[in-house]
Amino acid sequence: MIKAKNLTKVFNSGFLFSKNTITAVDEVNFEIGRGEILALVGESGSGKSTIGKMMLKLLKPSGGQILLEDKDIFSISNNKEFYSKVQGIFQDPYSSFNPIFKVNRIFKLVRQSFKKEVPASEWNDRVENVLKKVGLNAGDVLNKYIHQLSGGQLQRLLIARALLMDVEVLVADEITSMLDASTRVDVLEALLSLKEIGAAIMFITHDLSQAYYISDKIVVLYRGSIVEMGSIEKVFSNPRHPYTQMLLDSIPQLDRKWETDKFDIEDSNKNQTIWKEGFCKYVDRCPIADTTCIKPAIKLIEEDHYVACAKL
Amino acid sequence: MIQIERLRIYYKTLHGDAKALDDVTFTINDKEILGIAGESGCGKSTLGNSLILLKPPMKYVSGEVKINGEKLPIDNNTEMRRHRYKKISLIPQYAMDALNPTRKIGGIIRDLVGQHKIKYEEIEKRLHERLNMVKLSKDILNMYPFELSGGMKQRLVLVISTLLNPDLLIADEVTSALDVSSQKAVSLMFKEFRDREIVNSIIFITHDIAVLYQIADRIVIMYAGKVAEIGPTEEIIANPLHPYTKALIKSLPNAGIRHTKEKLEGIPGHPPNLINPPAGCRFRDRCPFADENCLEEPPLKEINKGRLVACWKVKDL
Repeated sequence: MIKAKNLTKVFNSGFLFSKNTITAVDEVNFEIGRGEILALVGESGSGKSTIGKMMLKLLKPSGGQILLEDKDIFSISNNKEFYSKVQGIFQDPYSSFNPIFKVNRIFKLVRQSFKKEVPASEWNDRVENVLKKVGLNAGDVLNKYIHQLSGGQLQRLLIARALLMDVEVLVADEITSMLDASTRVDVLEALLSLKEIGAAIMFITHDLSQAYYISDKIVVLYRGSIVEMGSIEKVFSNPRHPYTQMLLDSIPQLDRKWETDKFDIEDSNKNQTIWKEGFCKYVDRCPIADTTCIKPAIKLIEEDHYVACAKL
Repeated sequence: MIQIERLRIYYKTLHGDAKALDDVTFTINDKEILGIAGESGCGKSTLGNSLILLKPPMKYVSGEVKINGEKLPIDNNTEMRRHRYKKISLIPQYAMDALNPTRKIGGIIRDLVGQHKIKYEEIEKRLHERLNMVKLSKDILNMYPFELSGGMKQRLVLVISTLLNPDLLIADEVTSALDVSSQKAVSLMFKEFRDREIVNSIIFITHDIAVLYQIADRIVIMYAGKVAEIGPTEEIIANPLHPYTKALIKSLPNAGIRHTKEKLEGIPGHPPNLINPPAGCRFRDRCPFADENCLEEPPLKEINKGRLVACWKVKDL
C-alpha cells in the first residue's frame, strides 16, 4: 500500500559560519500493507514524527521516495486527490478542529470537499454509522462545539472522519499521549475499526504497551535509523538488538518490577566515545559494542524479523 | 510524618466554586514514596500545588496539613515562605521547561539558594555530590538549560529541588514527558534519593499507574476531588476494591496483551462537573454496580489494615 524507499531527511541548522546538518531520517525502508498497523517507536528525536510528516507531504524528503501504490507521493500534484487517500491525526485534538464550528458542520465539510457524489440524506446515515463504529453516540456529539467535548471524543471524531473519507493510509502521531488511561483504549479500539476497512495505519508512539496492543508490525528507530523491525510478536518475544532489549526492559509493567541495577542513561560523567561516521549509531550506549561495530546493514534473522546489529 | 486532614481546596470561577479537593484525608509516612494517581481533573495536581502555594483562583476552604505534628500554614503565604523548599519542596509539572533559558544552570541555583539566605559556596560541595549521584557532571553548571536533554533536565530539577534536604518532596508528573528509558532512570533516581534519606518522603503524582507500581510503597487513587481508595501498591494493583480503580487498571494495555487475544475496555462517561458535583458517590454515573445506596456519599472506610476504600458496595464486590 505505502512504502518508504531509502527515505532520508537532512535538516540544516546554523547560519553562515556555524552550518550544521542533522540527519533526522537515514535511509529508512518499510512497507505498510492494506489493513495493517505498523508501530513506529523510538525515543524523542529518533525521527518518528519526521517520517510521519513526510508521509503526509508536510515535509519534503532529502532523499529516497515514499510510494503510494507504486507512485511517488510527491509526484501527485493534486493535493486534494492525495489527501482524500492519506490523512493524519496528531497529538493535540483541540488544535485539529475549527473551534467555531459544531461537529456536524465539520462532517458536512468532509462531504462537500471529498464526497460530493454522496447525497446529503445518505451522508447523515453514514455519519451516524461511523460514529457508532468509533463508540460515539451521534446525538451526544453532533450538536456540540469542540470545547464541549473531551480529548478522547475528539480523537475518535477524527478517526470517524477518516472512516467517512475511506482513507487508504492514516498516520497517527502520538494520538493517545494527551488522553487519560480510561479513554485511551477507546481511541485504540476506534483505530482498529479503520484497520477493518483496509486502511494502512502508521501508529507513531513511544508507548510500547499500546504499540503491542494494536499493531501487527513494528519499526524501532534509533537516531533516524532502523535498528530492528518485523512482526510485533516476534520482536517483542525475541528482541535481538541491544537497544530494543533495553527499551522493552524499561516498559513499566503491572506484573513485573524493573531490575533496579540495569538502566541506560546519558551519563555526562563518563567519557563517552563520540559516535563516528561509519559506525553503528548505538555504539556509545551499547553494552556490547566494540571497535568492530561498523555500520551494520539490516539483516533478516528469521521470517519477518530484521535486525541491524554487527554483533549478531 | 505528614498528615492531611479533611482538606478542601476550591477554585473560584465565574459560575461558582469548583471543588477540586473536597474533604481529602490521608497520611504520608516517614521514608515512604506515596503515589497519587487518577485522571485529569481528579485533583491530584491541586493537592500538590496547595501544599506549596495557594495561587488564586485556588483558595483554601478548610482542613489541616501537619508536618511531624506541626501545622503547616498553607493559607498564609508569608508564613509559608519559611517552609517552602526547606521543609516541603515541589517539582511542578513541566518544571524542566521552566528553567530560565538566558541563565547558566549554576547561576539559576545561586539565585535560588540566595533567596533562602544561603551562600552558594556553602552548598556547592553538596551540589557536586548530588549531581554525581544522578550521573551529571559538574560541567553542566556552566551550561544553559537548553543544552540538556529532557531526561538530564529532569534529573537536574530533582537535584535542585532537594538541595536543602526537605522533609517532603512532591513530584508532579515528572516522568510523563520522557522516553521509556529515561523514565525508568529518573523514577529510580527518585527512589534512590529516598533510600539515601536525602528526602524523608515523596509524593509521586502521575497518571501512569504502571510507573507507580515500580516505585511507590502505597498508592492513593483519586476521583473527582475525592479519595477513592488507599492501600499498599501490591494490593491496589493485584486486588483493586473500588470499582473505579478496577476499571482504571483494566483499561491499561500492559505489554503482552494483544487486541486479538484480549479486548481492553475504557470507562464510559466522564467525570462530573466539579462546580455542582452530584450528591452521593461521584463515580455513581459511570459505575456498573451503583444503586440507590450510592445517592448517599460513601465514607472512606478502613477495610483491612492500611486499606481504605470509599464505596458502599465494596463488601458485595
